Amino acid sequence: MAREITQAIVDGILVGGVYALMAVGLTLIFGVLDIINIAQGVLVILGAYLSYSLLTKAGIDPFLGLLITIPAMFIVGVVIYWAFISRLRGGERTSMTLLVTYAVGLIIEGILFKIYGADNVQISPKYVNSSVRIFSFYIGWVYIWGFILAVALVAAIYVLLYRTRFGRSVRAVMQDETAARLVGISVNRVAAFTFGIGVAVTAAGGVVFGETNAFNANSGYDLISRLLSIVILGGMGSVGGALAASVFMLSLESVVTIWQPTWAVAVYYAALVIVLLYRPTGLFGQKAVRAQ
Amino acid sequence: MKDRTQTLARGGGLILLLVLAVLYPQAWSNPAVVNYGVLALIFATAAVAWHIFSGNTGYISLGQAVFYGSGAYAMGIAARDWHMQGTAVFELLPLCAAVGALIAIPFGLIALRVRRHTFIVITIAIFFIFQLMAFNFWFTGGSSGLGSPFLSWAPKPYNQNFYYIALACTVGAVLIAWLVGRSRFGLQLRAIRDDEDRARGLGVKAMRVKLSAFAISGAITALIGGVWFYYIEQVEPQTGFNPLFDLTLVLMVFLGGFGSISGAVLGALIIEPLTLWLNTQPAFSGSISEVIIGAIFLLVVLFMPRGIIPTGGEFIKKIRTRGRPAVVPATTIGAAPSAPPASSVSSGGAR
Repeated sequence: MAREITQAIVDGILVGGVYALMAVGLTLIFGVLDIINIAQGVLVILGAYLSYSLLTKAGIDPFLGLLITIPAMFIVGVVIYWAFISRLRGGERTSMTLLVTYAVGLIIEGILFKIYGADNVQISPKYVNSSVRIFSFYIGWVYIWGFILAVALVAAIYVLLYRTRFGRSVRAVMQDETAARLVGISVNRVAAFTFGIGVAVTAAGGVVFGETNAFNANSGYDLISRLLSIVILGGMGSVGGALAASVFMLSLESVVTIWQPTWAVAVYYAALVIVLLYRPTGLFGQKAVRAQ
Repeated sequence: MKDRTQTLARGGGLILLLVLAVLYPQAWSNPAVVNYGVLALIFATAAVAWHIFSGNTGYISLGQAVFYGSGAYAMGIAARDWHMQGTAVFELLPLCAAVGALIAIPFGLIALRVRRHTFIVITIAIFFIFQLMAFNFWFTGGSSGLGSPFLSWAPKPYNQNFYYIALACTVGAVLIAWLVGRSRFGLQLRAIRDDEDRARGLGVKAMRVKLSAFAISGAITALIGGVWFYYIEQVEPQTGFNPLFDLTLVLMVFLGGFGSISGAVLGALIIEPLTLWLNTQPAFSGSISEVIIGAIFLLVVLFMPRGIIPTGGEFIKKIRTRGRPAVVPATTIGAAPSAPPASSVSSGGAR
């Protein structure tokens, strides 16, 4: 029994790393722009399909293909920001951006359905089913590569945020947009870049998600609800919180699955509700509940 | 004097609309056409219910499907276990509404403690818990869902009767929303939307007021969920507790005009028939209709961000006042300058 639980926790941590990667994008976008990007789930699926096409059409390894897909997704993000989100103004901006990103998600989903059909696919390079034995636990290579990738990218984002000039302006905008504007930061450019980065990481998330799950254009809905729970639990706008929350949530789900596979997801959401009852700002959030 | 003529004109317009709505299934008696009307009115009722809570308080609920699905399941389970059939099943509708209100109270007590984004995500989380319960409980029929009890109406009167039932629900919901809007209760709700802390400071019992509005909204949504279930004759976890249902409601309200009853109704009457029609067109089969709906919505947001009703209203006013002398009636002078500061206060509060 103890063995099974340990295995479940190890699995949960590895998968949690991948979810953290996707959630960090979401939490960054929230922190800087004060909006929820509902399209994030569909964008992960878009990233997964891009890698799938590169593998099946051009034979490019999905992890190597990230050199193409990450910049591509970055451009997608900047275009979405520039074309729609930057144009919204006024008091209902928060709710409007929710709907705009939903509409963008619907359009992407519809196009993906048209191109790829409704059948489930999985990105399957040769090594997808091979695993390695560590301390008597069997762990798939894909999970290990995915976890390393996730840690590397989250670390890169962390360095970007806390060790560069750009990161300092991002954090300034997060703290106080008006003040940031006053000291000469181009808020619009910072926002566009942040949105681009937030979307670009979905490419990496999509590769690992697509190799470990069968997916179709519809899979984005399940993903976005999980990612939102993670981001809220960690505290919106907190990168470390997103990391901790995703590892916690995925380990919890994976442990509960041992006894109750059918109710595991309910436990996942119930944990969110219970935590928020006692800490409405999430685990690490300071400003999740801003005044109105 | 002018106010009175305006009220009369407005009342006359409403009666005319109602007469047209009543005559619609008589004029186009084809069941397929009436079907559009039934579903549009069902969504109009749900959108108005959404408006009563979210439109007034500014708390965007994406968990309305909890009530919709619960209403549908309440009717299906009660009819199955009590062996009810035919028109007697409609007597269960008050039960559906009660179930909706009963669910809204614990739901609201949990979710209404937090605001804005966190509230939205909590409603989504609770929604998924309900969908899972519908999948996994022993009395819900699992993933195959529930079938409706037998109803011996021929296709043509079947759709027509349901049309009138749905119309009655819509009229009732609009009436309730109107009564809420003009009451002290409605004023308290809007005070919460503009600045909850200040409203609380002025003596509004925020939690109680929000919870009441949430329960009213939940009861109406559950009731129309029951009607919908009996109309389409079945409910499954994915259709009763459908994430798209919530987003569609919000889409409808924002298309029509956030914060107004007419906006909610208009949005539903545009989007639902459009979706149904697009789905019947082979050229737009399946996914392309999604793309079109998304594109229409983006265009609306970019070109009339406040929705059809407010933007259209301004447009009409502009045409009517064109060519008039610059002197404007005193009422509009009073109204015009007071509007921008109010909105800038609420957007200033959002930062």
